[in-house]
Amino acid sequence: MNQMLSRRTLLQAAGALVVSFTLVPRGADAKTVAADEVDAFLAIDTQGLVTVYSGKVDLGTGVRTALTQIAAEELDVPLARVNVIEGDTALTPDQGPTYGSLSIQNGGMQIRRAAATARAALLRLAAARLGVSEADLLTADGAVRPRAGGEGIGYGALIGAGGFALKLDKDAPAKSPDSYRVVGTSVARLDIPDKVTGRFTFMQDVRVDGMVHARVVRPPALGATLLEVDETSVQAIPGMIKVVRVGSFLAIVAESEWGAIRGARALKARWSDWQGLPEQARLWEHVRATKVVKDDVTSDVGNAPAALAAGAKRLAATYDFPIHTHGSIGPSCAVAELRDGRLTVWTASQMTHALRKQIAAMLGMKPDDVRCIYVEGAGCYGRNGHEDAAGDAALLARETGRPVRVQWSRADEHGWDPKGPPTLIDLEAALDADGNVTAWHSNFFVPQGAAGNVPLVAADLAGLTHETAMAPGNIIQNSALPYAFPAIRTVCHRLETTPFRPSWIRTPGRMQNTYANECFLDELAAAAGADAIALRRRYLKDPRGLELIERLVALSKWQPRPSPARGQAGAIQRGRGVSYVKYELVRTYIGAVAEVEVDRASGRIHVARVFVAHDCGQIINPDGLRNQIEGNVIQTVSRVLKEELTFDRGAVTSLDWASYPILTFPEAPEVVIDLIDRPAEKPWGAGEPSAAVIPAAISNAVFDATGVRLRSVPFTPARVKSALGTI
Amino acid sequence: MANTLALRVNGRDVEVHFDDPDMPLLYALRDELGLHGPRFGCGLGQCGACTVHVDGKPARACITPVSALAAGQSVLTLEGLGTPERPHKIQQAFIDEQAVQCGYCINGMIMQSAALLETQPSPSESDIRAALAQNLCRCGTHQRIVRAVARAARA
Repeated sequence: MNQMLSRRTLLQAAGALVVSFTLVPRGADAKTVAADEVDAFLAIDTQGLVTVYSGKVDLGTGVRTALTQIAAEELDVPLARVNVIEGDTALTPDQGPTYGSLSIQNGGMQIRRAAATARAALLRLAAARLGVSEADLLTADGAVRPRAGGEGIGYGALIGAGGFALKLDKDAPAKSPDSYRVVGTSVARLDIPDKVTGRFTFMQDVRVDGMVHARVVRPPALGATLLEVDETSVQAIPGMIKVVRVGSFLAIVAESEWGAIRGARALKARWSDWQGLPEQARLWEHVRATKVVKDDVTSDVGNAPAALAAGAKRLAATYDFPIHTHGSIGPSCAVAELRDGRLTVWTASQMTHALRKQIAAMLGMKPDDVRCIYVEGAGCYGRNGHEDAAGDAALLARETGRPVRVQWSRADEHGWDPKGPPTLIDLEAALDADGNVTAWHSNFFVPQGAAGNVPLVAADLAGLTHETAMAPGNIIQNSALPYAFPAIRTVCHRLETTPFRPSWIRTPGRMQNTYANECFLDELAAAAGADAIALRRRYLKDPRGLELIERLVALSKWQPRPSPARGQAGAIQRGRGVSYVKYELVRTYIGAVAEVEVDRASGRIHVARVFVAHDCGQIINPDGLRNQIEGNVIQTVSRVLKEELTFDRGAVTSLDWASYPILTFPEAPEVVIDLIDRPAEKPWGAGEPSAAVIPAAISNAVFDATGVRLRSVPFTPARVKSALGTI
Repeated sequence: MANTLALRVNGRDVEVHFDDPDMPLLYALRDELGLHGPRFGCGLGQCGACTVHVDGKPARACITPVSALAAGQSVLTLEGLGTPERPHKIQQAFIDEQAVQCGYCINGMIMQSAALLETQPSPSESDIRAALAQNLCRCGTHQRIVRAVARAARA
C-alpha cells in the first residue's frame, strides 16, 4: 500500500502528466475506509512517513496544509513527514462532502482524534518495548523518547507496516493547545510553489494512457429533447471517433481535444422546442406565485403578529437576491475509464463518496465497482459542474470503451452548472415610542430541499437513474436572528419548484438571509434615529458576540451616529455600514464594516474598504484564515455589485464573462481583518461565514452615504441611479 | 497531422503538429507539449488564465491561432519563467505573499505581471490593478496578488 502511495507521490512531485492507474486491493486486503478506524485516517510506514487519508478535500482553500498541521501537531512529527491523500473512495473515509465550512471543524477534528489515538498507542507500544512506564516517555519529532533523555524509538520502527487496528478513541488524550508548535502558526501553503510554476497537476491536466477527448453538446433549451442528429456534419473533422447519443445526452468523442471542440461546434442536431422558464423581468412575481409545499418556522418568540399590531411605528420591506452561478475560472473537467467492469473517475468533486453512488446508480453498477479519485480543480464555491462533468465522463467511458476526458466549455459551465436559487424575503417590524424593537416578522420564499445529491445532468438528459428531489443546500439557516427581540417570527415558505436546477453556492441561504435581516435591522436603526451598532448591542446578549462587536468598532474606528451621514456635498458620497451574524446561530461570529463611495452621476458604487472581525475559535493557520476571509469578502462584493444570471424562456443567456461580469482588480476593495484567536476553544468553520455579512454591510453603507436603501441585488449603476432618482 | 510549426518554447526548439490552422496555441502547448502553466478558462480571451508570452509580449493562447505564429517565434510559459527550485522573482513574490487560493488563474496573473514589469519596472498600485484589469480571479485573491507584484517590483 505505502509503496503504491509513495509512487503516486513521486509521480506528482515529478509533475508527470500521466496518472498511473493504481490497482487497489479489494476484499480482505483492502485498506479500511471505515470512519471509526484509526487506519482509515492514518498510516505510518516503516520509515516513519505519515500518510493522512482525508475525506475532506482541498478546494483551493488551503485546507490540505491545515490538515497537515493538525496531524503533524497531534502526532508530534515534522510537517515534512506528513502527506495527505484526499477524496479517493478506495482509500479515504467518507467524511461527508466538502461543504458547509466543516473541513476543519468536523474533518480536521476526526483526523485530530485519529492522531491522538495513534499517539497514545505509540506510547503504549514504546513503554512495552522499553519496559518503562508511559509516564516516563514523551513523543517528539516522530519518535517516542524517555523523558529523562536517551535513545528513543521512531514511529516507523514501533508500528511497522501493520497499522494500528484501533477504533478512534474519543478519550485519547489530545495535546494541550498550550503546547502547540505547528497549529496556530502561519505555515506556508504546501501547494503554492507548484501552482506558481506550472508544476501542479489540476484536474484539467490529468491524462491517462489511451485517453480520448470529449465535448458535450447540450440542448439549446434546458428541457428540449433531441430529435435528430446528422452525424455526417462532423465526418470530415480529422480524428473524429464517435458521436455519442443516449436519449438527449449528446457528445462528440475525438482523438484530439481541438477535434472534439470542432466537432461539438459543427455537429448538426435538431431539438424540440421548450420554453419552460419564467420571464426574467417577472421573476419575483413567479417566485411569489410558486406553490408553497411547507413552512419551516425557524424561530417563534412571543406573539409577533400581536406585537406588530401594537407597535408605535411599523416598517415593512421586501428584499431579493437573484439567481447566481458559481463562476469557477476553470470550467469543469473529468476523466473516466471503464476497465474489466470497474470504473475509475478522476474528478474535482467535493463529494467523491456520494458521487460514486450517483454514478453507480446512473450506470446500473455496484458502488464497489466505481472508484472516484479527487484531483483538485479550479475553485468551485459550492456544488458547481465538477460532479456533472464526472457523470458525463463516466457515461462516455461506457459508450466508447476508451478512457475519456470531458472538458466543459465556458458556456457549458455558465449555462449548465446548478444555480444558487432566487431568494425573496418580506420583512415587517415594529418600534415602540422610545425606538425599541418590539416585533420582527419575516417571510422567506425559497425552494424546498436541503443538502444532498444534486441530480447529474448526464443522467437526466440520458434518461438514466437519477435523483428527483432538489438539493439547494440548507438554505433556511440564518433566517432566524442572533438578537433578543421580545417578539419574533421567522418563516421559510418552501417552494415546490425553482426555475433552475438548484445547488449551494458558497454561504448558501446564510448570505441571502443575513443580507435581508441585517439590512432591515439597519432600517429600524435609521427609523429610530439610533446608531446601527448601538441598536445591535442593545439586543445582543451573547458575550462573545459583544466582544466581537467591540473589536469591530476598534478596527473600523466606528463613530456612533445615526445614518444617513449628513452634509455631504459633491459628486461622490461616502458612507459606512455594519453587519453582524453568528453563523447558523451556533458557531463562527463575524462582523463587517464596509466603506463605500457612491458616484451619484454614474450610479457606480465603489467598495473601498471592508473591515472584518472574525471569531472561529481555535485558529489552525492565521494566514490561511485571512486568505479565506479576503476571498469571501471580495467574492461577495462581486456578487452584490455585479452578478445576476440572465435567461430567456429556454436557457441561460449569460454564458460568458461579458454577460456575467465579476469584480475586476480596479474594483476590488482593501480588506482589513482582526482575527480573534481562542486556542482553547473548538475550531469552527471559516470557508463561508464572512461572506454572510458583506451584502448588508454594503447596502447599509450606501444608505449611509446617500439616504437611499438598496433592496435588490445586484446594486448595478442603473439600479443605483434609479434609486437616487437621477435618471 | 497536416501541418507542422517549429517554435522555440521556454528556450527549447520544438515542433507542433496540427490539422487545423485555426487551432489555438493553447492546445498545442497543453496537449502536445504537456505544459500545465497556460490554462483553459474561457476560450474567449476574457479571463487571462491562458496567458503566455509570444516574443516577450503577453498573448492569450486560447484565442491565438497556431497559424498566427511564424516559424522560430519564441513562446514563454509559466514553466519557462521559473521552477519551484529556481523561481522567477515574481513567482517568489507570489510565494512570499501567499497570493494564491485555488491558483487556476495564477498563471495569467504572473505572466501578465511579468510583462508589466518588463515595460514598467516600478508600477504604482493603481498601475498594477490597471494592468490586471482583464485578468479574472474568482477566489478573491486580488489584494495579495497586487501586493505580490509590488513586492516583485521592489526585488
